[in-house]
This record gives sequence, structure tokens and C-alpha cells, in this order.
Amino acid sequence: MKKVALMFAASLLAASAHAEEPIKIGFISTFSGPQGVLGRELLEGFKLGLESSGGKLGGRAVELIQADDQGKPDAGRQAADKLVERDGVQIVTGINFSNVMLAVAKPVLDAGVFVYSINAGPSQYAGQLCNPNYFNVSFQNDTPSEAMGIYLTQKGVKRVYLMAPNYPAGKDFLAGFKRTFKGDVIGEVYTAFGQLDYAAEIAQLRAAKPDAVFFFYPGGMGINFVKQYSQAGLKAEIPLYGPPFSLDQTVLPAMGDAAVGAFASTFWSESFDNPASKKFVTDFEAAYNRIPSPSAAQAYDGARLLDAALTSIGGKIEDKDAFRKALQTVSFDSVRPGFRLNTNHHPIQDFYLTQIENDDRGRPIMALREVIVKQHPDSFVEKCKLPL
Amino acid sequence: MGLPLLLEQAINGVQFGVMLFLMSAGLTLVFGIMNLINLAHGSLYMIGAYLAATLYQMTGQFVLSFLAAMLLTALVGAVLERLLLRRFYDRSHLDQVLVTFGLILVFNDLVRMLWGPVSVPLPLPSLLAGSVQLMPGLQYPTFRLAILAVGVLVAGGLYVLISHTRVGMWVRAGASDRPMASAMGVNVETIFVLVFALGAALAGLAGMMAGPITAVQIGMGEPVLILALVVTVIGGIGSVRGAFVAALLIGVVDTLGRILLPPALGSMVIFILMATILAWRPKGLFSVHG
Amino acid sequence: MADLSLINPDRQSRLLASAQRFVPALVLVVALVGILAYAQSAGDTFLIRVFTRIMIFGIVAVALNFVLGFGGMVSLMHASFIGVGGYVVAILAYHDANLEPLMIGPFAFTGTSDLAILLPLAIVVTVPFAALTGLISLRTSGTYFIMITLAFNQMAYYFFVALQAYGGEDGLQIINPITFGGLDLSQRSTFYLFTLSVLALTLVLVTLLVDSKFGIVLRAAAQNERRLSAIGIAPLRYKLLAFVISGTLTGMAGALLATGQQFISPADMSWSRSGELVVMVVMGGLGSVSGPLVGAAVYLGLELILESWTEYWHLAFGLLIVAMVTLLRGGIADLGTLVPWLGRNVSGGKN
Repeated sequence: MKKVALMFAASLLAASAHAEEPIKIGFISTFSGPQGVLGRELLEGFKLGLESSGGKLGGRAVELIQADDQGKPDAGRQAADKLVERDGVQIVTGINFSNVMLAVAKPVLDAGVFVYSINAGPSQYAGQLCNPNYFNVSFQNDTPSEAMGIYLTQKGVKRVYLMAPNYPAGKDFLAGFKRTFKGDVIGEVYTAFGQLDYAAEIAQLRAAKPDAVFFFYPGGMGINFVKQYSQAGLKAEIPLYGPPFSLDQTVLPAMGDAAVGAFASTFWSESFDNPASKKFVTDFEAAYNRIPSPSAAQAYDGARLLDAALTSIGGKIEDKDAFRKALQTVSFDSVRPGFRLNTNHHPIQDFYLTQIENDDRGRPIMALREVIVKQHPDSFVEKCKLPL
Repeated sequence: MGLPLLLEQAINGVQFGVMLFLMSAGLTLVFGIMNLINLAHGSLYMIGAYLAATLYQMTGQFVLSFLAAMLLTALVGAVLERLLLRRFYDRSHLDQVLVTFGLILVFNDLVRMLWGPVSVPLPLPSLLAGSVQLMPGLQYPTFRLAILAVGVLVAGGLYVLISHTRVGMWVRAGASDRPMASAMGVNVETIFVLVFALGAALAGLAGMMAGPITAVQIGMGEPVLILALVVTVIGGIGSVRGAFVAALLIGVVDTLGRILLPPALGSMVIFILMATILAWRPKGLFSVHG
Repeated sequence: MADLSLINPDRQSRLLASAQRFVPALVLVVALVGILAYAQSAGDTFLIRVFTRIMIFGIVAVALNFVLGFGGMVSLMHASFIGVGGYVVAILAYHDANLEPLMIGPFAFTGTSDLAILLPLAIVVTVPFAALTGLISLRTSGTYFIMITLAFNQMAYYFFVALQAYGGEDGLQIINPITFGGLDLSQRSTFYLFTLSVLALTLVLVTLLVDSKFGIVLRAAAQNERRLSAIGIAPLRYKLLAFVISGTLTGMAGALLATGQQFISPADMSWSRSGELVVMVVMGGLGSVSGPLVGAAVYLGLELILESWTEYWHLAFGLLIVAMVTLLRGGIADLGTLVPWLGRNVSGGKN
């Protein structure tokens, strides 16, 4: 675990004894293997957020301790044990996969440490398992596909064909879509996790003649599917709809023209024109020489919310009640206008329809088309019984 | 299922099989002649795809980039053979599995250092990007037809090379009786480097043919490696003919399994097929070694 | 102390020799007790976790070495035995937590979180699984054996990925604390000692097996199967029994793994995990019973240390494996052969 001690001169404002000790944050994410791009995206977004407040949170120095979960729950669990028991971190963040989160969250929460998710949003922790010390500032897993279901219903689309990998997140995403979509689902196909070739499924899909295709394929699977869909000549025939991370900057450069014309529902896109968002995109491109994805934006927002909350309580993260309350109530300059946290510590936010097109430099981006739904909460908040 | 759809799925199966053959040919060749299990074959597949993507991006020449990338992958293979793997021809299969397992880790991280963690684009030139109408109601992607053609060409080329040329005779002599071959003036060492380089080039070719339809990313070789191992073993280790038959069999069975069976069973079907075939013929369909 | 002079000298030396066989294992067990004592006094709870994990994988490595080092069977399906044992614990603990019985056909089983029931149950489930896959795999040999075990590993992997009721790809969490009779195994040091006992029993069992007639036949079968057949011994039965014993011990370790990490997922049984297990065994040296335990410790320790040094730790790790296989043929114990004056002491224990 590489220690990234962010630069911080001794603060002149350091009045209390707390201020001398840095805030320790454990950052568990996937840095190696095919999914390593996700960890980098989240970490760089988070670091940029920290830098925007001078490398400090609430005036206190920060010690960010990185750990690689390799995309595996057991490695994530081991990393969490080390961060909590040996390094004594106060917050665990960075986790990108829901299955890693499910393995990590319980022991971390049991130890009285905060879980602060900047990506993974499994439904369990939004509902029954919701916890006073568990916060999600990205999105609950089901919400982007719920938004797409709302949009296609609004447009009067009748016959939709669904595709996803055969694993829990895939089923959750399609369930989210079916929760809000009122038309007919004429096909619902689950493919093997990590499948390379979709020619057989695409042939079946073409024969079913749907009005629209909604798909959920993260990472490499998404690249495979979108390329093959386009090569089959279907893109012009049947429009393709997906969630943000199947069509964001972690995969778009590899998809190239194959993705142009496809639609994504999202809570943030690089084409947002509010000042906070514009500053973020400019800073990110200057720092890392590429366009940020929604994942990087969530992470950036996550760091900024931490700073706002800690500033409001004078940096005293040790006062857990105050910190919890501050996270819930403080307002900050989010790149997502209207973003706030619900009673289950998960976001209420706006969802938009974007379409992939090339920007003036020929790079594919998610271009904003319209608002789908304002102030959309997740669907599990009623199952959560948190004291207010 | 209508006739056009059935036909399309049959072509899909054969095309996927040909793809697997490209990957397995080099693997089985190296095993058959040098008696070496090379798990890093998947890494050469990845390296081929990354090189082709980079060269194509730099030059805009699709075919030339592919040929150059094949040569470069062959070079990587030759260096690997000279520096390391030639020491392992006489070692146990366990040692071979271990050293090439280590190489997978090394190559994955080297590629991540050089190209970064984001998967790289390998687009198609417009000539190959679309699809053609094979019959009314059957549109088929042009590039997949190109894969079919390349696969059949490679299969034919290998057959001629091994069965009907002087080089092929040396190769077969080197495999079956090394001292005798040396005595007869065959330079076994040179033959082995060339065969390994050829195997690497084939792996690279498979990677770059897969590049435009799948993601060019770190670790892209491993799932394909597993499939290629299955093909090699079912066909009979060392038999190029066996690899061809087994690859087509796997391609068709996998494609049909995916559309006809529930997904859980669909992903197991080729492993069930492999276990069944090996239980019936423990040395594969076309056994070479005894 | 017994008066050894009463026993005839030949028998006496044999007894001594067989007692000596247990020395490396004994040293390791004592060292592991020492580590617990140190970690307790230093308050380093993470160290206890790390070594619990090392011991669990140590059991697997010792069990795998029994078929690999002594039986000559390179199995790439041992991760699947870990998974099977682990899921037995996780599934029944899941039914224990939600109070719904597990229905298999017309039979209903109540869940439990008691390892005194779960461990025997893990054995009951692993034995037929290992026997069936072993029976089919042992029809082949050499590379074909490696590949068919790999196929079985993948089949088991996809089976649990498809098991949506128990989390599928996400895996299954264990909510309730796991006990053994009255013992609360969620207490870290209790679980450490419990795991250590299972490890010690495994070491004793494998040492006895290796020295027995069974072990001698097994080793002979690994070297020359035909000769054995010629003198009227059917090697298949010996190899199959060894495979089942090894698989079952691994299944028990899987049950411990699930207990320790309060969690099991298909990732715990991927083919690359099977590959890692083989690396552990080879690192420790194929020839000795307790060497693979050292291999597991070195492997997992290196993973932890390298990961804290560099983002590119796979590269360093891969280079280490390549160097080890290229330069050393007998695992870490062979390090001694590189340094002649050290060689006598270090590589003394192996054959």
C-alpha cells in the first residue's frame, strides 16, 4: 500500500491538538488487472478533489493510504483489515465493485470506522443493512437504469430488449429498469460473465426486432458488445441505450466510432456547463491529459463533500456524531447541481439523457440531450430504518 | 428459428471456432515440437493486439500495421525463447507451467506500464467496418468474414508447411529424434527458435484479429488462453489438424449452448464437453504422442 | 524417558528416524504458537489475521503437495475444493441466520453455524466430489491431467457463479459468528489456535501417510506406473485415494477460510488461485511434508510486502517466480545450493 502523504505545510491555523495529526483515509480500489482503469479513475478524481482544498480536509492534513483489491472480494477484505487494524484509518473509501463492498463493509463498520463509498452502491446498504456510518455519494446501483426506464416510457417506446451479464449486479440493473419501464420487455438475455463474443446473441436480438435495446455491460464486456453491435450494422436500425459507466471515458476511447449515436442515462457528464463542473473538467484534463468520466466526478465530489463537512466542524473527525450530521446536512459546490443525501445516506440527484458524439477534437463524449427526472431517490430508502 | 437465423448462428459458430484455431495453432505447434506448455501464449496474443493498435494509430495503414505487428510479436517470441524458455524444453511440465505463469504476471504489468490501464482502440478501416448481405435476411459483418478467410488460409498454410516442405520435414525430424536430426545436419536450435517465433506470430495474429471486435486490454489473453488450452487438449496435444477440428467443434458447441441453454449451463458446456471427451479418449481426438 | 536400549538397534534407529520426520513440523508449530504470543503482547491483531490466513493456505499447500510432490499429480482444481468446503459453511450459516431450512428435494435441513457439524459436513460433501472428478481425471496423465483438472475447476467455478440464490458472482457473507461446540471462533486468537490444531493434525496425518506402505506405493506410482502394474499393484486405486484425501483436507481448509474471512465467493476458487496454490507448493519444495507451509507463508508474505512497495507488484512477483523456477529446482529449500556453506543446514531435511 503506497503511502501518499499529500503535501501540507504545518497549518498556521492549527489551534487544537487534533489539527496536528493527519486524517487517515484508506483507499481500497482495483488498481491491477483488466479493471485497473477504475481504481485509477477514482483515485485521480479523489486526489484532484483533495487538491482543490489545498490537500487538506477541514484544515487538517490528510494521509491517503492506497490498497489494491485486484477486483477480488477476499483481497479487498484483507486490505480493509490491514487499514483498520494496523494503519488505524478513520474512513475507508475508493471501493469500486459491489461484491468487494459487500465483503468489506461489515468488518469496517463493526470496527466503528466510516465507509464512504465513492462508487459501489449495492442495494443492501441502501435498504435493510443501512448503517449510520455508511455513506454513498455516487449513486445507488439501480438508479441509472431506473432513469432509463422512465425515459423510454416517456418516449412511448413499446418493445425493449434487455441484455446483461449473468451476475447479481447485472440482474439488479435490469430489475431497476423493469421497475420503471411500462412497455413490453420482449427479450431478457443474460450472458456469461466476461463473455468475449456476442455474435450469437446479437443475431437472436436482430430477429426479435425490438424498438430499443437496453444493455448493461461494464468494462471490457461493454467494449466487446458495443463494437460487435455496431459491426453487425444494428446501430442505425435499433437504438442502443445503456447506463453511464458502459459508455463513459473509461471505455469510449476504445470503442471509438462504434459508440457514436448510443444513449446513456447519467447523473453527470463531461458536457455539463455549471461552473463547478467546468472547473473540474478543465483541472482534470490539465492534470491527467484526458477527459474525466462520471466515476472521476463522483470521487472528486466525494473529496469536496468531505472537506465541506469537516470544515463545518473544525476538522474534528473524532467527533463521529458531529461528522455524521455534517456529512448529511452541509451544502457544498457539487459538480452535480441539486445533489443531496437522503435519509439512508444515499444520493438524491437529477438524471439526464446523453448521447455519444465526437467533440470538436474528434474525441467521443457524452453530450447532454435532456433532463429525464429531477431529484430521483433510490428505491430502497423505505427499507432503511436510520434514526434521523 | 428461421433458416437465415439458423445459418447465421452456424456461421457464427464456425467463425468463433476459426478464431480459437488461430490462437491454438501456435500453442499446439510449440507443444508438439518442443514439448513445452506455454501459458504465456495468451500474453503474446495481448502483445500482438497492442502492437497492431499502436502501429495502426501511428500509420493509418491497416494491413501493413498487422504484418509489422506480427513480425514484432515473432521477434518478442524469439527473444523469449533464446533468453529463457529454451532452458525449459527438458524440464518437467510443472516447471514449464510455473515459469510461464510467472511470465503472464510480468507481461501484464509491462503492458500496463507502457500503455496504461485504459484499453486502447483498434478501429476497423471503413472497407471492413460494415456488413454484407449473404442472402435475404442475413447481414453478416465483413470483418468476421475476413477472420474466417484468414483462419482457413493459416490452416492451409500450416498443413502445407508441415507436411509438404523441407522445412516441415526438418521440424518433424527435430521433434521426433533430436540427436539423429542433429547428426543429419539439421540445426535443431535454429529450427526451435523459428517454430517458437512462428507460434508467437500466430498468437499475435489471433490477438490482432480479435482486437477490432473485442476489447484490447490488459489480461485479454487469459480467458482466450483457457479456451485455447481446451481446444489443444481436445484435439490432441501437438496435432495441428486436431486443433482445427476441436476449435470448430468448440466454436459451434459454445455458440449453440449459449442460445439454447440457460446461461449457467451455457458457460459450463465446453468444459463438460472437454471432460467427456477426455474420459472417453484420454489423449484427445488426434493423439500425436503415443 | 523410555530406555531405548531395550529395543533392538535396528528397530530403534527406525523409530528414531520416524520421530525425526516430525521435527520440521514440530518446529513450525512451535514457531506459530510463538507468533501468536508475540502478536498478543504487541496488540497486533492484523498479524494474527495474516498468520491465520497463512496457516489455512498452509493446510491446502500441504494437502496439494501430497498429490503433487509425492503422487506426481499436478492438479489445477484444488481451488475448487476450497470453494466447495467454503460454500458448505457459508450456505448453512446463511440458513442459520435467516432461519429458513435448506431444501434439497423433499428433504429440509436446518442451518447451523457450528463448525463441529459443518466440518464433518464439508468432508461428506467434498469426498464424493473429489472421488468423481478424480476418477475421471486419473484416466488421463501428464499434461492432459493438468488440463482436465483445470476444466473441472472452471466447471465448479461457473456452478457457484450461477448459484444466484447464494449471491452468485458476489459471493455469500456469513452474518452470525461461527462456533465450534462452545468455542466462539469469531475470537481471533481462538480461531488462530483452532486453525493451528487442524494444521498440526494435517501435518501428522500426511507425514504418517507418506511413511506408510500406502505412501511408498504412491511415490512409486508417480515414478513408474508400469512397473507397479507388473508386480500386481493397481496404481489407480492408490492415486485416487490420495487425490480424495488431498481434496478433502483442502475442503476442510476451505471451510476454515470461509469462517475466517466471514465470506466466500467464486473468486476464492478461480483457476488462477489454483495456479497460485501450485506456486506455493513449489516455492516450499516438493519433497518435504512441511515445506509447502513455508511456501504458503513466503508467497502470502511476499504478496503483502510487494504490494506495499509498488503499484507494479505483479511484475516483481512474476519475475521472482520466473527466477525461482529457472534457478532453483527444489523450492526455497534449494536456496542452500546457491550458497554452499549454508547448504548443509538448510537442505538437510529434504530427500
